[in-house]
Amino acid sequence: MSNRIHSLYIDPGKCDGRMACLRVCPTEAIRVRGGKARILEDRCIDCGECITTCPSNAIVPLTDSFTDFSKFQHVVAIPSPVLYGQFSDIVLPDHILSALRKIGFDDVGDVAQACELVSMAIEEFWAQYQGPRPVISAFCPTIVRLIQVRFTDLSELLLPIESPMEIAAREVKLKKSKELGLSQSRIGAIYVTPCPAKMVAIRRHPRKKKSFLDGAVSIADVYGPLLSAMSDQEAVIEGREMRKVSGIGLGWPILGGVIKSLKLKNCLAVSGLSEVIRIFEEIEKGKLRDVEFIECRTCPAGCIGGSLTVENPYVARSKIVKLLEIFGEQPQQNTDYIKKLYRAKYFLLDEKLQLRPVRPLAEDVSQAIQLMKQKQGIYEGLPKIDCGACGSPNCMAFAEDVVRKEAKLTDCIFVLLERQSASSGGSGQSAEHGGEKADDSQGRRRETRFKGKNSF
Amino acid sequence: MRCPMASETSFQQEFAIEGGDFNNAGRASSRLRNILKQIGISPLVIRRVSTASYEAEMNVVLYARRGTLSFMVTPEKITIVVEDEGQGIADIGLAMQEGYSTASREIREMGFGAGMGLPNIKKNADELEISSEVGLGTTVRFSVKI
Repeated sequence: MSNRIHSLYIDPGKCDGRMACLRVCPTEAIRVRGGKARILEDRCIDCGECITTCPSNAIVPLTDSFTDFSKFQHVVAIPSPVLYGQFSDIVLPDHILSALRKIGFDDVGDVAQACELVSMAIEEFWAQYQGPRPVISAFCPTIVRLIQVRFTDLSELLLPIESPMEIAAREVKLKKSKELGLSQSRIGAIYVTPCPAKMVAIRRHPRKKKSFLDGAVSIADVYGPLLSAMSDQEAVIEGREMRKVSGIGLGWPILGGVIKSLKLKNCLAVSGLSEVIRIFEEIEKGKLRDVEFIECRTCPAGCIGGSLTVENPYVARSKIVKLLEIFGEQPQQNTDYIKKLYRAKYFLLDEKLQLRPVRPLAEDVSQAIQLMKQKQGIYEGLPKIDCGACGSPNCMAFAEDVVRKEAKLTDCIFVLLERQSASSGGSGQSAEHGGEKADDSQGRRRETRFKGKNSF
Repeated sequence: MRCPMASETSFQQEFAIEGGDFNNAGRASSRLRNILKQIGISPLVIRRVSTASYEAEMNVVLYARRGTLSFMVTPEKITIVVEDEGQGIADIGLAMQEGYSTASREIREMGFGAGMGLPNIKKNADELEISSEVGLGTTVRFSVKI
């Protein structure tokens, strides 16, 4: 974990190898070896499913702590608008921003306004766009990673527009460095994040050299301090930060918020990783070409369902919806200004996304074909019940691990028993079992060997 | 039988396809795609193979009772054979024309049957052979060079 590509850390002291994470990981990126879970870095997409599932709380997100920011002269909190839906109905965004100041941030920036800017930028982009469809939103870093790792063909469909958190940080740094006469590098922009994936996107921006943000703290970590800061009855500095905010940007944290802010005719909003994967598979097959834009979110219900939030996502949703009523849908940002910024490529991400497809079984095709045959042969001899006792998520993944020499065939308890009973040569009960198994797997092997024989 | 000397280095497999099973339609092609990825076939070749195999698979789902998709990968090429038991194609020449389709209204309403299936296979394959007997079934065999 030294270079911290990923945002998760498995605490070996707490992990007792219960395999819940193994089963839930959507990219088969976890193995349990020697009774401890470990993450295969090149497959992990930082979705956070394992964090929420782990019964031992052994998987922890690697966000920053407050003390990490001492190197900056001026520290600005930039909360995800998800934060606005985490408290009771009477707590308005202004209260929350002012509480962030009270708990130690020198300043605050608002992302909801940046969301509105970005939605206008997407409109500008769309007006000139002639490329393939559907365009896929790229604001959820896990979705971007999913494309990097598993759906590399879809990378050209990713929206090349910077995310609101980056735009907010950029704006804040520009403004504050002018106001305070500080160089931008002395100003720390800290995101208050609903999920670990944003953390990774800050540490290593997928399509730019460096993020405008300097770190992130989780909503869960600031929640307590914010609550106590709000309970002392000091007057709120009203309206300072939220002057130019509207329901257009405030709605972004909930599913459908992005497409609602756009004036496109044929859009989809999809959430939940398995649903997104199904949609991506459809696109891979060449379908959905008539859809203009797809808003994709890893977390069910949208960013309000992030694994580092506190409030139940459905409750959070209703709170956000109430905020939309209060703030209204009237655009608050200056269209001409945005158009100018857009033309100056302020929003554009022009670096190509680096793809990281799972590496083939071998570099050389002939060799890879041989290994593929081996893998299939091994798989045919396995029980195919995906029990996970070997430490791989399923029998097919195990066969691959064996071929890649990352596991031994006898890590499979069934193979081990079969071998033991074969070598012990007939102690009553195990012989019976082993015999039955052997017949069965031979039968299967025979069947596959003859399948399709005449086709070629 | 037509490739009697299947090279030593080859990988082959077969998947069953059920006619009318829309829930699983496209599954064989996506498994094939995953296998090709693991073998390290280039993305462009994978795209051509899976577009063509998806069309061929959908033809079975849409028009036949059942069928199989079998494939063989060698270091030189990928060969796919889709065989089905179904209505067969009366005039293959006509079926190869873009826009020609015998699809029912129901099929068209589902977004299929635009008459692009076989032409799309042809576009993506390096070799294509179709044989069919009306009332019995169709065999589509195509290959893409690596």
